[in-house]
Amino acid sequence: MPLTACPEMHELSLCEGVLQILEEQSWIQGFLRVSRVCLEIGALAGVEPEALRFHFDAVTRGSLAEGAILEIVAVPAQAWCLPCGEKVSIRQYFDACPQCGSHQLQVIGGEELRVQQLEVE
Amino acid sequence: MMCSICGCGGDAGHPHHGDALRPTHVHAPGMDGRRMVRIEQDILAKNQRYADANRRYLAGRGIFALNLVSSPGSGKTTLLVRTVEALQHRLSVAVIEGDQQTGRDAERIRATGVAALQINTGKGCHLDAHMVGHALEQLQPAAGGVLFIENVGNLVCPAAFDLGEAHKVVVLSVTEGEDKPLKYPDMFHAADLMLLNKVDLLPYLEFDVDVCIDYARRINPKLAVLQVSAIRGDGMAAWLDWVGRGAGPAPVAIL
Repeated sequence: MPLTACPEMHELSLCEGVLQILEEQSWIQGFLRVSRVCLEIGALAGVEPEALRFHFDAVTRGSLAEGAILEIVAVPAQAWCLPCGEKVSIRQYFDACPQCGSHQLQVIGGEELRVQQLEVE
Repeated sequence: MMCSICGCGGDAGHPHHGDALRPTHVHAPGMDGRRMVRIEQDILAKNQRYADANRRYLAGRGIFALNLVSSPGSGKTTLLVRTVEALQHRLSVAVIEGDQQTGRDAERIRATGVAALQINTGKGCHLDAHMVGHALEQLQPAAGGVLFIENVGNLVCPAAFDLGEAHKVVVLSVTEGEDKPLKYPDMFHAADLMLLNKVDLLPYLEFDVDVCIDYARRINPKLAVLQVSAIRGDGMAAWLDWVGRGAGPAPVAIL
């Protein structure tokens, strides 16, 4: 598994958060096994997908989601440009408006860290 | 009853692991094999619930809480020591210290006479709202005062974890390089105030203050900036004023 940085604790704690949600939902929705987990991850969420996969496998071992497929839906970053009065696409927090060059941007999408849906049995 | 997840008493006044989620009976799984269930739940929702509870607790007591974040070595603890020394005669002050190991920082704070509690996160690289909730129960900070939470030295993960604070304050020292806001944008985006520390060293460094502030405001146009030297005292009055304003109608100062 090629990991690009040192022990991504951030992704580890996110995976622990995902597992907690799965365990809570198994009570509420009455399922015993999870075979697929779909996550929405925003481009600005600061998450390394490879590290997330690595930790997901480790964290779910021996749990109701052992061996589950992890699907990551990437959500692009969008901002509201105050001078343009329009929605624009950005890639990072410090990007300027691609139309007018202003940094007066308000992020409106791309910060998602969400469990979207599960395949369960 | 002891909580088996975190070891707390479990009778704390905050929402606890999965409370209210225990069904009266468990549905038997259907025999129809696999199905999809929509969840639409934030991964950090649990932390958010604890953070909201902390925020209610703090608001109910009129406590102004600041979450201090930075890289290791920015001078956060020295800044905090000087801050609480100056503030404690005007306001009630309490401190929560987060580090992976040792109680050294809390000891430094307690040496000033201010109440401090150390949280050791072990391998964890940030404080979370659940830890801070327990710390509040133990520390019992005085109503109407100021609570400083010194986070683990790390410019990445603490950005994502709301602790229930009024503001994140990011401390950047001029020995670190003026492009740090661009390299670690999340934290500068999450903060409301940047303290540019160790400005007494500027004559010996090639650090362009204006460029650094420009980088930080590209990420966060609303970021307030104060230049300080905790050691020499530059800018500390402005910082103490900022804290004092946030702490609201403080008791009449007798200096």
